[in-house]
Amino acid sequence: MLDVTALNKTYEGSGRTVEALRDLTFTIGDGELVCVVGPSGCGKTTLLKCIAGLMSPTRGTVQLAGEAVDGPPDGMAVVFQEYGRSLFPWMRVRDNVDLPLRHRKLAKAERSRLVDEALDAVGLSDSHDAYPWQLSGGMQQRVAIARAIASKPQILLMDEPFAAVDAQTRAELEDLIRDLWHRFGVTILFVTHDIDEAVYLGQRVLMLSASPTVVREDLAVDLPDERDQLTTRSSPRFAELRARVYAQIQHAKNPTGIPRETDEPVRAG
Amino acid sequence: MSSALRRTALVVGLPALLLTAWWFLSAASTNLYAPPLSEILSEFGEVWIVNDRFSSDVVPSLVRLALGYGLAVLLGISIGVALGSSRVARQVFEPLLEFFRAVPAPVFIPVLILLAGVGTTQKVLVIASGCIWPVLLNAVEGVRATDETLSDTCRSYGISGVARLRHLVLPAASPQIVTGMRQSLSIAVILMVISEMFASDNGIGYAVLDFQRSFAIPEMWSGILLLGLLGVALSLLFRVFENRTLAWYHGLRRAQRDG
Repeated sequence: MLDVTALNKTYEGSGRTVEALRDLTFTIGDGELVCVVGPSGCGKTTLLKCIAGLMSPTRGTVQLAGEAVDGPPDGMAVVFQEYGRSLFPWMRVRDNVDLPLRHRKLAKAERSRLVDEALDAVGLSDSHDAYPWQLSGGMQQRVAIARAIASKPQILLMDEPFAAVDAQTRAELEDLIRDLWHRFGVTILFVTHDIDEAVYLGQRVLMLSASPTVVREDLAVDLPDERDQLTTRSSPRFAELRARVYAQIQHAKNPTGIPRETDEPVRAG
Repeated sequence: MSSALRRTALVVGLPALLLTAWWFLSAASTNLYAPPLSEILSEFGEVWIVNDRFSSDVVPSLVRLALGYGLAVLLGISIGVALGSSRVARQVFEPLLEFFRAVPAPVFIPVLILLAGVGTTQKVLVIASGCIWPVLLNAVEGVRATDETLSDTCRSYGISGVARLRHLVLPAASPQIVTGMRQSLSIAVILMVISEMFASDNGIGYAVLDFQRSFAIPEMWSGILLLGLLGVALSLLFRVFENRTLAWYHGLRRAQRDG
């Protein structure tokens, strides 16, 4: 489905070159839900933009369903972290979700059906006529998710989508993602800095090194498919996986093993 | 209800007070140049309604104002969006724009009389050449400040060209553009009056100057009063337009303040 091969991104500044991504190779199969987790500043957003065709890599290739990505491809939808800045504040919720469909020149009745379905799926059937800024942060991100799934993409890229919402809303949105993934059978690449979130959501967790970035480990999450905030997160296997990812990320941040003050504490599970 | 009453009182209060003061302080005036307000008001009705200089002077003024302002808004937004979208274009045109912006518009009147004659075209061009700048410069800034995430969102959904202009660029820049349009409107009124004071045979500016030259002082004052009322009416109309166009923006700002 998605093949990333020897991806490298080097920024050429004035007299200074920064290698953000060194050499990333991984594959995501059809219908998989894969989480990418890495230390802060490891180039997660750069990686996502390269995959989304919003940025050209310096070297290496990205292929979606066998086709090279050299611009935003059809069949791919992106959900950005800043929900407040990715929805159009001058459009009502319904028009926000409708806009990409309009661009696809679908018939009006078909568009209307898809918008209804998408807003229904994210639990916002009552908010069609609101403006995004009239909604809470969590609801705004639901609108962005509805817009992404309305066009029935083959693959959904999510860039730390829940980093800016409170913990309870975040848990609800995580369950929503699992639910949508089951319901629509869409392939999902979910980028996060939150280790618990990565383990809870993913079938696989790709752990990145600090910048210049490589894939440190590709871990299969062997938790049962039916996940639940309470029982999954308190299971011994979850704790083991989380500890393993945590150790990798800590090591990525600080390969010398000497503790640094900047190390963030892990979120309580 | 009482709060609406209070607001009306606050808005109308000071002008009413000043008019009353003017009325009584000027009542016994024998100064030729400062006639009693009562006389000015009775001339007001006489000149603009009874003698119908409304159709012969106010209407031509308003037509020129509308054409000049409309042209400035149209060109200002078009050029501003083009320059705002391209860094190269900005670099090429910036010195030129700075130069023309620095030249006061009334100085174009003699030139435009030579090039475009003394008719409506010349006056419309004077108005447009002076009041295009706030719209143009604000449009440039508004387009430049288009949010990068929104821009990426459009790109990732393949929204480009005219659709991008319509759904992203223009709405995103609209708060800035409207601010520019508001500034331009008052400049347009000033230039309308000035342009009518040169080589003209009708218009409010012409009428005021003509009354002054023929020592019809109360009539002259009535023209100034009319201009003031016109300004108030235009700004009220503009506010209605702004509230409709930017309802989303005011709501967004309120939400950001409260949130």
